[in-house]
Amino acid sequence: MEVCGTHTVAIRRSGVQHLLPGTVRLVSGPGCPVCVTPDRFIDEAVALARQGVTVTSFGDMLRVPGSRSSLEKERASGWDIRAVYSPLDALKIASDCGRETVFLAVGFETTAPVIAAAAMKALEKKIANFSLLTALRLVPPALKALIAIPQGDAAAQPPKGTGATAQPTAADTGLSGFLLPGHVSAVIGMQAYDFLPERRLPGVISGFAAEDIISSLLMLLDMHNKGIYKVMNNYPRVVRDDGNEKSRQVLAEVFEPVDADWRGLGAIPDSGLRLKAAYAALDARQRFAIQVENASPRGGCRCGDVLRGLIDPPACPLFNKACRPDRPLGPCMVSSEGSCSAWVTYG
Amino acid sequence: MDKVLLAHGGGGSKSAELTRLVFQRFLRDPLLMEMDDAARLPGQVFTTDSFVVRPLFFPGGDIGRLAVCGTVNDMAVMGAKPLYLSIAFIIEEGFPLAQLEKILASIARACRESGTRIVCADTKVVEKGKADGMFITTAGIGRPLFKKPVEPARIRPGDVILLNGPLGLHGISVLAARGEFGLQGKIRSDVAPLWELIKKCRSLDVPFMRDPTRGGLAQTLNELGHKKKFGVRVREDRLPIPKKVAAVCDLLGFDPLHVANEGKVVMVVARQDADKALRALRGHPLGRGARVIGAITKENPGRVVMATLSRSERIVMPPVGEILPRIC
Amino acid sequence: MCLAVPMQVIEIKGDMAVVESAGLRRDVGIMLLDKVKLKDWVLIHAGFAISKLTHKQARETLAIFEEGRFFG
Repeated sequence: MEVCGTHTVAIRRSGVQHLLPGTVRLVSGPGCPVCVTPDRFIDEAVALARQGVTVTSFGDMLRVPGSRSSLEKERASGWDIRAVYSPLDALKIASDCGRETVFLAVGFETTAPVIAAAAMKALEKKIANFSLLTALRLVPPALKALIAIPQGDAAAQPPKGTGATAQPTAADTGLSGFLLPGHVSAVIGMQAYDFLPERRLPGVISGFAAEDIISSLLMLLDMHNKGIYKVMNNYPRVVRDDGNEKSRQVLAEVFEPVDADWRGLGAIPDSGLRLKAAYAALDARQRFAIQVENASPRGGCRCGDVLRGLIDPPACPLFNKACRPDRPLGPCMVSSEGSCSAWVTYG
Repeated sequence: MDKVLLAHGGGGSKSAELTRLVFQRFLRDPLLMEMDDAARLPGQVFTTDSFVVRPLFFPGGDIGRLAVCGTVNDMAVMGAKPLYLSIAFIIEEGFPLAQLEKILASIARACRESGTRIVCADTKVVEKGKADGMFITTAGIGRPLFKKPVEPARIRPGDVILLNGPLGLHGISVLAARGEFGLQGKIRSDVAPLWELIKKCRSLDVPFMRDPTRGGLAQTLNELGHKKKFGVRVREDRLPIPKKVAAVCDLLGFDPLHVANEGKVVMVVARQDADKALRALRGHPLGRGARVIGAITKENPGRVVMATLSRSERIVMPPVGEILPRIC
Repeated sequence: MCLAVPMQVIEIKGDMAVVESAGLRRDVGIMLLDKVKLKDWVLIHAGFAISKLTHKQARETLAIFEEGRFFG
């Protein structure tokens, strides 16, 4: 399984999957932060926009359908919604315009320290009209859930309506190894994956060029064939074995782990991040009253099963028929790193 | 769908959807339904275009030059010599006269460069805030001069696909000029009139020509192959993508095949004419980088397939929605 | 979402730096790394430098990146 959405795109864009022997199958995992964010988050963002708040976000989120609308549609209705490349750009918008500005904080451990640094800057520069609506997620807890490692309390059943079937076991997923996310690993280091060898699963931290991916797959297959269960760093030009301690410190200064809901995987303990008390002033959920209804299930959507690697996108009944990149029903089709989008776009 | 979205202006599949589902319910003239870059009238081609680029000035050009070249090129790719243009300006109250003069000088220069005459014009002024500086609309009349008309019905498997030079320059130039993603540094747009280049192939059999503007090369290749009985195949290692364009695309996550060009033409010619066509194109400054980028195939009818750098394959889809708004 | 590209530091301004690649420049935050110096190559993600590369690693990365590509 390749965990990271950026890997999914890199693989399909270069066509690497066609070069593999028939005995090897690549399965995409839940590594697309936009895809694993529940509908509710979009609904919250829409509610904020409709209160007249300036909503800033990574471009990906704009077309994701919530339970009734999307940010792109709200922008067409006249609400102030802007795509930015960096949370620092959002901070600048807040500082230039003076209006209440919220940044949609979505991403994994590559992006979380970046957002933490922006949060620290907001306080340092006393930009009082800036806040974050958070939906940050952590990769290792999701991997553990995928291979059914208990996370403390027994993991809950996925909530109805996320398009997921019952909790998977290692047997269900039939995974033989993981292609691990290169840039997330640059932050968290190899030690974050120590649980994989304990479960007799090899893992290789990989870069994103086709050559990186191919050599990483070779390493995985080699370990599998020899019964070696280790985590290896095949991206040493960017990833230090112990990761980036400074980034982790910045992250820990601003955020702390919290239980979080994942589309497809359900509730996973300590798999998300929330603002620490010292940064509570930046929490949009505390600053604004945000009313959203509970999301109703989207009939037929199997994003949840795609995200867990149980099915390939074409197995979803809506794939490329009712659900297409130009009229997506689920986030896996709309995110530039969603599996369904990658399958349609690159074949 | 109950509202027009920015994505509908992107030139990709959403634009096509708006055209199909809304415009074509009311505007159904058979000539319009051909959906070419220009309408074929008896002995003439007739085209129209509008320009909303932001910023108005960018390295290599401005909205005025863009307006003339864009209209000229719509006719040139129909195999027609551009003759006359009309131009209409919608100007925002408070627009500095010095800038207006610069744009008009640029328009005059582009007309001289392309051998076209502006023979009618109009100007409107709207209140501050209602026109983002300036919008320009044009129309153009040209005379078909290609020996054989440019007609996709003559495309056959085995034909080759030619491109005259590097991709992605215009879209990235405008993006960088906007400074929006915090990018500093200049990239020159490739905006240029293409008739003098294209006419060098007028005695050859050229069944297809198009300029890959909004939506980029991906959009054009998909228009070439859409619903046809042949397939389109290109090679990633033959596509000229300048380092600056590649750097921006990698940084911001764009596909260079989706980025607009304003001085490029994609041509399909019979294999036996390829050498002649390349020699002809390379004899002109705008065609120095002319090369074969792919071919028409029997396999994969109706689809665009790319041989990747990893010696595998992927399909090329048209872009969805607005990659880069307001670049033309 | 994990898009990151290597760029070279050409100016340092406190906890920000100007980085450059192929003639393009951008202001980025460098507070996520220790001891960033002029001419260092760094990996840029969402407006911040998230990792440092040695010159050799940067050259390797760029070589992989450029391999087989035609720049026209």
